[in-house]
Amino acid sequence: MKDALDHQILAGNTRAAARLMRLIDDRHPAAPDILAGLFPHTGDAYVIGITGNPGSGKSTLVNQLITEFRSRNDTVGCIAVDPTSPFSGGAILGDRVRMQDHAGDDGVFIRSVATRGHLGGLSRSTPAMVQVMDAMGFDVILIETVGVGQDEIEIVRLADTSLVVMVPGLGDDIQADKAGLMEIADVFVLNKSDRPAISQLRRQLQTMLSLHHQTSPDDTYRRPPLINTNALTGDGIDALVGAIDDHRLHLDEILDPQRRFQHRCAHLVRAIARTELEQRFHSACHSPDFDELIDQVADGRLDPYSAAQRLAATMLR
Amino acid sequence: MRSDTYAPTTYRILIGKPGLDGHDRGAKVVARALRDAGFEVIYSGLHQTPEALVQTAIQEDVDGIGLSILSGAHNTLMPRVVELLRDEGADDIFVFGGGIIPDDDIPQLKAAGVAEIFTPGTATSTIIDFVRGTCDKKYGRSDSGDP
Ligand SMILES: Nc1nc2c(ncn2[C@@H]2O[C@H](COP(=O)(O)OP(=O)(O)OP(=O)(O)O)[C@@H](O)[C@H]2O)c(=O)[nH]1
Ligand SMILES: [Mg+2]
Repeated sequence: MKDALDHQILAGNTRAAARLMRLIDDRHPAAPDILAGLFPHTGDAYVIGITGNPGSGKSTLVNQLITEFRSRNDTVGCIAVDPTSPFSGGAILGDRVRMQDHAGDDGVFIRSVATRGHLGGLSRSTPAMVQVMDAMGFDVILIETVGVGQDEIEIVRLADTSLVVMVPGLGDDIQADKAGLMEIADVFVLNKSDRPAISQLRRQLQTMLSLHHQTSPDDTYRRPPLINTNALTGDGIDALVGAIDDHRLHLDEILDPQRRFQHRCAHLVRAIARTELEQRFHSACHSPDFDELIDQVADGRLDPYSAAQRLAATMLR
Repeated sequence: MRSDTYAPTTYRILIGKPGLDGHDRGAKVVARALRDAGFEVIYSGLHQTPEALVQTAIQEDVDGIGLSILSGAHNTLMPRVVELLRDEGADDIFVFGGGIIPDDDIPQLKAAGVAEIFTPGTATSTIIDFVRGTCDKKYGRSDSGDP
């Protein structure tokens, strides 16, 4: 399975890539070897994260961004994450509905992914899926997060540029502060700018950013620009892409490519190791040894702290 | 990449609305029922061409495509999707359909490679059983498969 898949993927075979993505999502034991073979062919894609509350217009914006990047002849991969139902384990993945302008374009590869219980706005599989698209040679990779508005910090490590989408009239500005979105935004997108309350949102965000700027200890801090967009008409999308380009230049200035690649590798290794540990933890908790350990605790022969230490030790064997 | 070397943990189904009609209530009911039965359902939205649906099915690596057609164009659209899948070497993706489809049309649709047709009033549990059963068979699982 391995040889066939990685060669096919490097040759640009969508079916093979799509299948590998599924192996990744399913945590199939064959996936890591195939990914290892792809790794030397990665590192060239520019990764953009899009986060923001449900319904703020992320998918509609992605649709417009794809149009803009395609007009520059960039090929675009997109990973669109939606939540898994905690009740059934199933999911409805509907982000594509807003991305229909690109149906039939071979330069665009959209993949819908379910969170499958992972928190933080992405699926566990997202970093590896980015690797697959990168190896296929996509110039730009867009990642639409779940957009719960909380705890979306993971995207920052994965993306070169993170966009935070806000809309007027939701008290989004307050939400943003609470959820730590002020820290993660490289660019704020003020979408639904056709609504009158947009100027109020803009003022509030500006005030908050000024306060944030004064208290920020980091001297590489760069105040994120605020870009008004109307994702339905495409108004402001050129300015948004301009702001993404500016941020890209800024990154080039503060970090040389080697360092940046190192950051990316660090993230990747962390993500892979975390997945591996989670998997071992899961199997450790579903073994006869575990049941035996719990019996000992319940019988008062062992305290829970020592038991946990033993459990952790078996995970690392 | 062949099915016999791999069995997924979660089945993935594309629910598509090809053609001109703008009613997606039925499609959404089926999508929700499949989600509640543990499937990952990719929903295409309205007015998709057969070409776009087949491209989506391949990018999403789905096991099957459910087509909802109320416009009366099922006799052309459904066989077209089957044919395009075959052209792409992706005919392991099964196609089923629903909508306002006269009984008389069903034999020829099945002859064209559509796996099953569900007419209005079919219980969603019947549809789910069919989809799960077809997926199980595809991966050589018995009736009691996990997903
Ligand atoms: N008026 C207005 N409506 C918009 C704009 N952008 C998006 N919408 C609408 O907002 C709704 C939600 O858009 P989506 O793109 O699905 O939002 P999303 O953030 O991807 O939503 P989730 O994926 O469910 O979190 C849709 O009905 C869009 O048509 C805009 O700029 N102005
Ligand atoms: Mg969306």
